[in-house]
Amino acid sequence: MGAGHHHRLHLPGDSVVHRLPPQCKLLAVLAFAVVVVATPRESLWAFGVYAVLLAGVARTARVPAGHIVRRMAIEVPFVLFAFLIPIIGLGERTTVLGLSLSVPGLWAAWNILAKATLGVVASILLAATTEPRAVLLGAQRLRLPALLVQIAMFMLRYLDVIMDEMRRMKVARESRGFEARDLRHVPVVARSAGALFIRSYERGERVHLAMLSRGYTGRMPVTADLSASAGQWAAALALPLSALAVLGVSALGS
Amino acid sequence: MTVNSLEVSRLAYAYPDGTQALFGVDVAIGRGERVALLGPNGAGKTTLVMHLNGILTPGHGTVTVAGTPVRRDTLKEIRRRVGLVFQDPDDQLFMPTVRDDVAFGPANMGLSGAELDRAVTSALDRVGMLEAADRPPHHLSFGQRRRVAVATVLAMEPEILVLDEPSSNLDPAARRELAEILRSLDVTVLMVTHDLPYALELCERSLILSGGVIAADGPTRELLADADLLAAHRLELPYGFAVPPAATPAAAERG
Repeated sequence: MGAGHHHRLHLPGDSVVHRLPPQCKLLAVLAFAVVVVATPRESLWAFGVYAVLLAGVARTARVPAGHIVRRMAIEVPFVLFAFLIPIIGLGERTTVLGLSLSVPGLWAAWNILAKATLGVVASILLAATTEPRAVLLGAQRLRLPALLVQIAMFMLRYLDVIMDEMRRMKVARESRGFEARDLRHVPVVARSAGALFIRSYERGERVHLAMLSRGYTGRMPVTADLSASAGQWAAALALPLSALAVLGVSALGS
Repeated sequence: MTVNSLEVSRLAYAYPDGTQALFGVDVAIGRGERVALLGPNGAGKTTLVMHLNGILTPGHGTVTVAGTPVRRDTLKEIRRRVGLVFQDPDDQLFMPTVRDDVAFGPANMGLSGAELDRAVTSALDRVGMLEAADRPPHHLSFGQRRRVAVATVLAMEPEILVLDEPSSNLDPAARRELAEILRSLDVTVLMVTHDLPYALELCERSLILSGGVIAADGPTRELLADADLLAAHRLELPYGFAVPPAATPAAAERG
């Protein structure tokens, strides 16, 4: 049995950050992201301070830099896009290393890169210090629509089951001599994907029956006690509030 | 007079596409009995089971659980009293941890706090899975998952436990462990299976469902000894298996 796909994000630990209730952390990350996005792109030093703040959180949570850097790979598509903007951008141009680049394009690229990176790192820290299940309980606690939380919860539970099913279908294909080599093999793989969808759909129906059999009426019962103390809220919100203070100073300065 | 745990009377059902699956089924199971429902694939076993807790509504006839008829307005009560254990534990265990999953049923019934904890602990203890309470279900072995699936319905203190193919996909040790657990439970059991030795091991009485009707009802030992009856309903004992004579256990060992 595999260790599970989604556990690679989580880094078990017992730091202050790990122990904070999930809803506090969720709200803190969300508020931090809003402050970052609201910061004018010209306030270069403010972004530097934000990065230092995140580094502080990572240090408190004892999340190694390597863990964060490896998981930042998710940002790569945005980075590629950001690199394109200065090349295809319009307006005033400047020459860097013999390449003619657009100045507004460079600013736009910087804007995307800095803000996305800060947001991604904050999310990685959240995921590293909070079990996936706790994130969802926190979301439920923050009154996110129950249906969305339930969908995410089922995805979490059945991801491994479906991946296993996919692996079995792949083994079944290959043991009958099939190997996906070029485009002509796409229809076979596509049909497998269709079959997987139908299997998952039917499983969904059976799970629903099992839920009805145990008295499900459309709401998930809340069994865990997740109340947060004022101190815990204060600790979690220290990050976005410091960021907000930085934003305030940079706004006064300009 | 004691009320039967389950009474099914003249139950008939046709699927929406017109396929008639049940043609008038009559079953009565007394409190505390362990009964096997035998039948070949396609005999209507699963269809019958779906009627027991109101997932399917009878086309004709009635189902009564401990004196309460299965109707739209009694569904909640019925689903508490009929504990259905599905064939694939992955269908039954849908919550992120074993504890949450076992708590799902009782919490829906309105239990909370210490009462809920007690129900969960006791159910897990009865199937010997207490130490796995905080693990995610997909990290357990298949046999362990099936035991947790039994616990999820035991936690609701059902009147009758209905198991769909409980021995399927289990290795011999897991199969024996489950049998020991089922025998230790003080609850009415209806076990749907075509694993005849398992039925003989656990159930005094058996029903044969074939072609949508109850074709035979009697002591498991007698039914399984009747080769013509089994053959007529596509049931077979495994190779090399002979029903031990109903004598002393010592005689059975020698045979």
